[in-house]
Amino acid sequence: MVAPRANNTNPARIPALGIRVLVLLAASILLMVLDHRQNYLDTVRTTLGAVVYPIQVVVDAPFRLWDWVRQGTTDRNALELELSRLKAEKLLSSARLQRLPALEAENARLRGLLEARSQVRDEIRVAEIMAVDANPYRHNSVMGVGARDKVYDGQAIIDAAGVVGQVIETSLTTSQAILISDPSHALPVEVNRNGLRTIANGTGELDRLDLPFLPNNADIREGDLLVTSGLGGAFPSGYPVAVVTSVNRIPQAPFADVSATPSASLDQVREIMLIWSSDETSE
Amino acid sequence: MRPVSRYGGTGRLPVIITIIVSLMLQVVPFPDWAEAFRPDWVALTLIYWAMMMPRTWSIGSAWIVGILLDVAQGTILGQHALALCFIVFATVRFHLLMRVFPMQQLTATIFALLALYQFLLFWVNGVAGIDVDAIHYWAPVITGTVLWPVITILLSSVRMRAQLRG
Repeated sequence: MVAPRANNTNPARIPALGIRVLVLLAASILLMVLDHRQNYLDTVRTTLGAVVYPIQVVVDAPFRLWDWVRQGTTDRNALELELSRLKAEKLLSSARLQRLPALEAENARLRGLLEARSQVRDEIRVAEIMAVDANPYRHNSVMGVGARDKVYDGQAIIDAAGVVGQVIETSLTTSQAILISDPSHALPVEVNRNGLRTIANGTGELDRLDLPFLPNNADIREGDLLVTSGLGGAFPSGYPVAVVTSVNRIPQAPFADVSATPSASLDQVREIMLIWSSDETSE
Repeated sequence: MRPVSRYGGTGRLPVIITIIVSLMLQVVPFPDWAEAFRPDWVALTLIYWAMMMPRTWSIGSAWIVGILLDVAQGTILGQHALALCFIVFATVRFHLLMRVFPMQQLTATIFALLALYQFLLFWVNGVAGIDVDAIHYWAPVITGTVLWPVITILLSSVRMRAQLRG
């Protein structure tokens, strides 16, 4: 202990600590500027994402195992109940789907008449949210698919009920999604009933979106369905986003106070769908 | 580096494992209401090793771990690297004092370091225009300080077992 101690306890002997810390702090600041202002560092993130991937997989594994065990041990009654529910749901969906080819054909014909670009069907794939907590300051999720699966930045994410969010970062095997409830997220929507266009902002609460730019005389009511308008380019048009829950017209203010509840269950999504939109350049 | 451990060389492996575990704890899912109270595991682990082995685990390692944390959490690249680098610098600078501090005084120091860490993270968030509730500032500082004795005991046992010095 004697020899190392003499060597060890003299703080002056830690070489050039001050200079090194200055260099590293400067490097951090440079990185932050590059990362925040421009997106120069996407490849760096993608590469480093591969390094942290094993950590995420290990963290996710027990939850996956638990899901698996629970699935294996669900009792017969519950399974039968679920099966009959799913059958009923499928019947309903296929009944609705019967009309889809006809409607699509009609849509294409009308668009042809209008000389608009025809809207091709979107490709959709199911992906899973990993049980890994991401950015504590934002409403983010980590998904188990990445650039390897042709996921790209800005890609739209939905669940069975509506829009969930969009991809903001991709690494090789995982990607980060920002939810529509994030305060920094804004989504171009329109009212399904009359095509009134506006923007839906996240509020930081999972069950509330804000529609801050609607004038007091706007034609909007409680219960109106908001769908993506397709403006802005990130989201294909026509996917349900939220249902208007309150409309507060304030005579002395320029805009009404309108809020809506997201259709997707943002707090319990585990399986989500990614959309490869084929008309993303149609504007 | 002096060969002081039986792992040959500098005995980095046990420390690396504790750091990986701390990274995992940082991303393990918490229920939404508890999310704000997640202690800064990585910061606490790095403070401990910087205090005990400042020659091997210093600002360089803190910076690299910080970058990995940024990638894992999807925060601004460099945000955690900057904050970790700074508090580890403070720890290395005062590691001799901190080693002989009585428990209350050490706890107060840890509280100050964690507060500084959160302050730096919040400062970056503020500059980048990311709005965060005050609870995300204070809750991890408090839970982290409360957990410090436990973490010291765990990491000390790792250090004793691997006979790490330096």
